[in-house]
Amino acid sequence: MSAPALDVGAARTALAAACDDVAEAGPADAVDGVATALVARPASTAEVAEVLRAAAAAGLTVVARGAGTKLTWGRPPERADLVVDLTRMARVQDHAAGDLIVDVQAGTPLSAVQEAVASAGQRLALDDPLGGATVGGALATNLSGPRRVAFGTARDLLIGVTLVRADGVVAKAGGRVVKNVAGYDLGKLVVGSFGTLGVVTEAVFRLHPLPAAHRLVTARFDRPEQAQRLVQGVLSGQVVPAAVEVEQPAEGPGRVSVLLEGIDAGVAGRADTARRLLGAGAEEGDLPAGWGAFPWTPGSGATALKVTFALSGLARVLATARSATADAGVTLDLRGSGGAGVLYGALPADAHPVAVGSVVGRLRAECTALGGATVVLDAPAEVKAVVDTWGPVPALELMRRVKEQFDPERRLAPGRFVGGI
Amino acid sequence: MSVTHGTERTAGPVLGPVPPEATEATGSSGPDPAAMAAVIEAARAVLPPDSLIEDHIRLRTYECDGLAHYRVTPALVVLPETAEQVAAVVRACSEHGLPFVARGSGTGLSGGALPRADGVLIVTSKMRAIREVRAHDQRAVVEPGVINLDVTRAATPAGYYYAPDPSSQQICSIGGNLAENSGGAHCLKYGFTTNHVVGAQFVTPQGEIVELGGLAPDAPGYDLLGAVVGSEGTLGIATAVTVRLVRLPEDVRTLLAGFRSTDDAGAATSAIIGAGIVPAAIEMMDALAIEAAEAATHCDYPAGAGAVLVVELDGARAEVEHELAEVERLCRENSAFEMRVATDPAERALIWKGRKSAFAAVGRISPDYIVQDGVIPRTALPEVLRAIAELSASSGVRVANVFHAGDGNLHPLVLFDDAVEGAGEAAEKVSGAILDLCISHGGSITGEHGVGIDKAAYMPRMFSDEDLDTMQLVRCAFDPDGVANPGKVFPTPRLCGEVPGKRRGAHPLVEAGLAEAF
Repeated sequence: MSAPALDVGAARTALAAACDDVAEAGPADAVDGVATALVARPASTAEVAEVLRAAAAAGLTVVARGAGTKLTWGRPPERADLVVDLTRMARVQDHAAGDLIVDVQAGTPLSAVQEAVASAGQRLALDDPLGGATVGGALATNLSGPRRVAFGTARDLLIGVTLVRADGVVAKAGGRVVKNVAGYDLGKLVVGSFGTLGVVTEAVFRLHPLPAAHRLVTARFDRPEQAQRLVQGVLSGQVVPAAVEVEQPAEGPGRVSVLLEGIDAGVAGRADTARRLLGAGAEEGDLPAGWGAFPWTPGSGATALKVTFALSGLARVLATARSATADAGVTLDLRGSGGAGVLYGALPADAHPVAVGSVVGRLRAECTALGGATVVLDAPAEVKAVVDTWGPVPALELMRRVKEQFDPERRLAPGRFVGGI
Repeated sequence: MSVTHGTERTAGPVLGPVPPEATEATGSSGPDPAAMAAVIEAARAVLPPDSLIEDHIRLRTYECDGLAHYRVTPALVVLPETAEQVAAVVRACSEHGLPFVARGSGTGLSGGALPRADGVLIVTSKMRAIREVRAHDQRAVVEPGVINLDVTRAATPAGYYYAPDPSSQQICSIGGNLAENSGGAHCLKYGFTTNHVVGAQFVTPQGEIVELGGLAPDAPGYDLLGAVVGSEGTLGIATAVTVRLVRLPEDVRTLLAGFRSTDDAGAATSAIIGAGIVPAAIEMMDALAIEAAEAATHCDYPAGAGAVLVVELDGARAEVEHELAEVERLCRENSAFEMRVATDPAERALIWKGRKSAFAAVGRISPDYIVQDGVIPRTALPEVLRAIAELSASSGVRVANVFHAGDGNLHPLVLFDDAVEGAGEAAEKVSGAILDLCISHGGSITGEHGVGIDKAAYMPRMFSDEDLDTMQLVRCAFDPDGVANPGKVFPTPRLCGEVPGKRRGAHPLVEAGLAEAF
């Protein structure tokens, strides 16, 4: 079944009535190589609703976009007639410092949220490992970084959400209070949904106090079992780490680094404990530039992996990465929250797709056995063409039924998500 | 909850002359005999004989949960031991169009496990194995009937515990906690059940067994587990639960502070949070609640206090000591006239005893009472407490206040004597008005007890038709036939497949007598 040809002129006219900023798309607006016809830049939830109603009437497929830093994550969409650009919705609507919450529009950069709440000595405890992410993009891709060890991820911090459905209906769930069990938690569903259930336009987060002090304690390791022993030692000690990062570069020794946050006296004492747990040679210092970043440069063409596993499987994952890359003749930089069971990997842009596929397959088998998964977040087109990027997904049928209810016409980022959703 | 004195209710809409068990939300017309016979046959095929209850007297044992105000005798009770048995019974219900309700220990306070007279009650009390404690993975895998506190008991030798601690933790089940997204005093710092359940084996309302989440974080695909936790049994039944274990803290310190007024105690709470301290718990009780607790437990709270705060700090020793000094200073600055810090576990237990027994203790000062559960932004606390006091004064209905002050979760106890004509209705009116206060201050109608059958009618005050319709899209995906705990959470069901926004008057299926709008 081929989609009917899009009448761009008619679609643009229909959208112009819904939103005063609609333009024809350029090459830079392509979504992971898929050309798009129009870009609408609505300025409010009401306008997003109007745009989606118009898109529904015209049968347009829709991809939501924030800063566009992760628009190539997932599969390329089957079609992307309209990009809904949320960067005009970049307002911190309310920071209730006494209640430790912030209410923001989805196009707000995470850095702007941090700036707004820092004046009250607070932060949104969600890292931005790639830099430049917006709230909406971070939610859609379930972005997280080192501090997830202490604070969890977006699902744990999001307490209220406003989304616009494919049919243009505006719905809210949750609210402005942290403790709230009224109704279904739709916020959980949209986190990590890659824009396939609706367009998130506003979000309310719980905040945490900014720590007065922090220290980083780092130790080197040569063998995977050593890394696991160090991480387990820290986790079972009384260090209360904010982050436990593990790095296994393609060449040379690996590193375990433990971030401690809190008051001066407390951090100093816990840093001593961490140094003792990490053994001779452990060093104490400040956060180096680039600490906690993903191991690839956006736009570099690297194949980007997310690897998850039960905590005690760290050594097996590191060892599998070493042997699989050696066998396939490629290199792999691994780095991430080893203390949470999540690592990110980067294979070079010029790695042969078959070699990439072989490494992904080996890691996936190991991670699946360890209760986790290996997902190809981003990759060049020739890799995505031959590699199963999402891998096996339990309960996929139930997920399809959720999609069918929210977007029965499959117009929101069709094909971008698991199982072709 | 153990209530030894008086009868306990949580708040609901003011009830008319029709007793709640006769409403359509409970299936009062009884089961379709042929369908029930088919379900019983299917259940007999998979369950041992002593795992089916059909005898009316024994069925009545299950007629209510912790909200004893509502009572409905189920048509059938089953006590499965495996996921396959649960799935077989659910599949039979789905095939024959009979509703089912899941029940753990039956301690819920919103009637979430209230049976259906025309359906099956699936009780998980025989599913009580702690399958694995995996300290090196910081996880435990348990069956749904396992008692909350038993998870902590099993994990403690390895240096870990299960953080969510509802006050019923000695008897409530993990499956029930999952269904209700249970909280507790310590969720201010550690979060709720949803932050601690990382995986579940789950039986959908069509009887499929699926795996959601797992030992590792961030499973690819939609976070269906996030939708299921707190869905109050309307999306299916968990048959195994993987929970996060938290490292036992190095130090725990508990402070009791007496204040002349709730305003002073509220100001101290704000000062503590404002100083960047996140205590494990901050609990407040007002004079009437203190009086009740004192009468029941002789907890020796400061004499003459208009309010007390219980502040607990935990974590690394140096931080805890520093924060304790700060909290003491801030309490003093906000006119605390007496402070005590527990120096050993016995003293700590005594401080908590007064707080934890507060609900039941109210039975000492009132024959009957309603336990309300609402949430406000913490900064609205003084204003809302004054409004509650005005409500109480103008109606002549006494209200004792016990609450999780740190996160604005109020548990007003509305006191009445059911022997006095009209007293129950007056109390329910005050209780309902307190919920309206919560909503008008941007809060929630429930912080931890759930919506259940008790507050379904309040949902439209907090959410728009579009919000509720969107939530029910999830319901339709999981349970297109509406057989999983129907009548709970949502005031009106969405007929799955209908075009949203087009519904006017009675649905054609209802008019044709083919469906019920319960």
